[in-house]
Amino acid sequence: MNFPGNWNTMQLDAQGRLRHFLTVEGLPRRILTDILDTADSFVVVGEQPVKKVPLLRGKTIVNLFFETSTRTRTTFELAAKRLSADVLNINVSTSATAKGESLLDTQKNLEAMHTDMFVVRHQHSGASHFMAQHAAPHVSIINAGDGQHAHPTQAMLDMLTIRRHKGAFDSLCVAIVGDILHSRVARSQIHALNTLGVGEVRVIAPRTLLPVDIESLGTRVFTSLSQGLAGVDVVIMLRLQKERMQSALLPSEHEYFQRYGLTEEKLALARPDALVMHPGPINRGVEIASSVADGPQSVILRQVSYGIAVRMAVMSMAMGRSPGARETAAKEPE
Amino acid sequence: MNRIAIRNGHVVDPSSRVDGVRDLFIASGRIVALGEAPEGFTPEIEIEAAGRMVCPGLVDLSARLREPGHEQKATIASETRAAVSGGVTTVCCPPDTSPVIDTPAVAELVRHRAKQSGRAWVLTLGALTHGLEGEQLAEMAALKAEGCVGVSNAGRPIRNSEVLRRALEYAATYGLTVYLQPRDPWLGQSGFMHEGSVSTRLGLPGIPETSETVELARCLLLIEQTGVRAHFCRLSTARSVEMVADARARGLRVTADVAAHQLHLTEMDVAGFDPMFHVIPPLRTIRDRDALRAGVAEGVITAVCSDHQPHEPETKLAPFNGTLPGISALETLLPLTLRLVDEGAFDLNTALARVTRGPAEILGIETGTLTPGTRADLCVIDTEQAWRLDPGTLLSRGRNTPFRGWEFRGRVTHTLVQGRLVYELR
Repeated sequence: MNFPGNWNTMQLDAQGRLRHFLTVEGLPRRILTDILDTADSFVVVGEQPVKKVPLLRGKTIVNLFFETSTRTRTTFELAAKRLSADVLNINVSTSATAKGESLLDTQKNLEAMHTDMFVVRHQHSGASHFMAQHAAPHVSIINAGDGQHAHPTQAMLDMLTIRRHKGAFDSLCVAIVGDILHSRVARSQIHALNTLGVGEVRVIAPRTLLPVDIESLGTRVFTSLSQGLAGVDVVIMLRLQKERMQSALLPSEHEYFQRYGLTEEKLALARPDALVMHPGPINRGVEIASSVADGPQSVILRQVSYGIAVRMAVMSMAMGRSPGARETAAKEPE
Repeated sequence: MNRIAIRNGHVVDPSSRVDGVRDLFIASGRIVALGEAPEGFTPEIEIEAAGRMVCPGLVDLSARLREPGHEQKATIASETRAAVSGGVTTVCCPPDTSPVIDTPAVAELVRHRAKQSGRAWVLTLGALTHGLEGEQLAEMAALKAEGCVGVSNAGRPIRNSEVLRRALEYAATYGLTVYLQPRDPWLGQSGFMHEGSVSTRLGLPGIPETSETVELARCLLLIEQTGVRAHFCRLSTARSVEMVADARARGLRVTADVAAHQLHLTEMDVAGFDPMFHVIPPLRTIRDRDALRAGVAEGVITAVCSDHQPHEPETKLAPFNGTLPGISALETLLPLTLRLVDEGAFDLNTALARVTRGPAEILGIETGTLTPGTRADLCVIDTEQAWRLDPGTLLSRGRNTPFRGWEFRGRVTHTLVQGRLVYELR
């Protein structure tokens, strides 16, 4: 079972419970469903006048960000605070690592301060796996985005959004549109959608933005937006980085929007009740028209709210403190 | 000088087609006889080799010894000690030291240090271009005069095809072999592993097969035009093997080698993000690995080398793409080669030829054989001894190996360089 790339020996403890959350790939459906069920219960917490639960009181969580991020970092911070944990935000540009300290030294120094969890974003694929390999026994690692590899909490908040709007996954056709090549979000979404058993996962992009052999992850490939959107239930748009024009992957933003931008006209090709999603931040007029982003089918802002609930769920589960933890433990002897 | 007799060993020397139990006699640093002792030969040292194999010392086409310039990683003394413990009696050192071997002084320094350490022979390749920058020609004639056995740009790009053409012509003027490691300066330059389904899964930027084959094609055309004698270093793709086979069939004076790890590992091994598997050129597909093995078996590839690149531990203690490529490989060259025999990839004679006379012929040196009259560089191997690799026991300063825990059969018990016992397994 311990073949390279089987992360479950690292992500799950001996009882099969979540210990680190590094990637969606290979996790059993049971764990993903647990995350969604737990998150559902936290959605309510966010809607109450007092938004705190005491599940992680006394725990110290470090947000260790080597890449800039607003949404992901703030929603992780809010999630930790709503669980009553103490939160430390470390931004690399203002810290010792910028002076050449290695990732491992940074981690070990912070662990020496008796921290309990790291939420890490790093520009290198596999960085959170590296930290999990070197973590002290009581420390959990949550991947908040590693290179172009994975962004599992983003994928799970997308799954929560889909489930809350569509109910079951099995009959759905989901299209992911845009820069699949560089997207850790797309990779995690593809694994999550397939594990949860959706009918079909489509990826839609010009060939320059499609990684080699993306079909092997369980996707159907389209290079035409019109053909790819036909009959889909969910459209997930990806952000297009401006650097892609310089690296000879695309001719211009204009041509990209003409061919792959989501307009009302293109959206009409999907099912009438199709959801429009985007992990943000959005580039209006580059990958998505404002009228669609702000339109009735868009759930982009809901995704942000659900992001807090999903991160609360993952954090509490990894610390063994989820609201359902006692229940799960009681069921185990069966 | 010592007179040595190695008794009752199973002598295997592919170049002289000897394969049987023989006594071997050494005097004044040379092999003087195989089988019957010369008249009046009285050995001062006798080595009993019954049940063991006696073969030529290994010739390694590429080992970074890290000196001068990177002594925090390794030194000529530490690495030649590691070499002889693995049966390697000659190593060839690429010019990407610091400073670069682009002046006779640096080549002389390496030669001097190697002589001081007094174990394996250390040969050097001189730089093909000044500072390996790919712009101006290096002083190749002077480098040759100082003893450089060939010239190379050590995997650094020569973008300008006119510069490459002139560098090849100039090298040909002095009869120097040019060692080329084909890698396109643009394709996959920001990559870390083979571009394929595994890189897609891991989100690691890929290095496509064409990174190697496009550059190989450009080099082959310029080699044909200039008539230089050229050697291709570290082939990694099936297509490259085909291209070199075609070129040889058309009469081009080209040879090729492969790193031993490429004959065992594939892209699948990278799936755990373990930086020990970070190498350039990258580990490729099973199909590529099998084609490389076939290329070695059929003689398209006539040398298997270690591509030894020792590193200090910190260098590999980071996420995959934050690490430097390379394996500390001198001590696994022979075990990995013998393992291919056990796996049925080719026979023992072929395996030994690719690490002895094959590379020696490429370098243009007389060793890699046990023919009487040649220098006594050889090793004795206990072919039945099974052992498990523990990186902590490597003699190289670099413990960066992906073969931790691998089980091997066959262990060097004695190594002789110029008739001197430089290593003995205790």
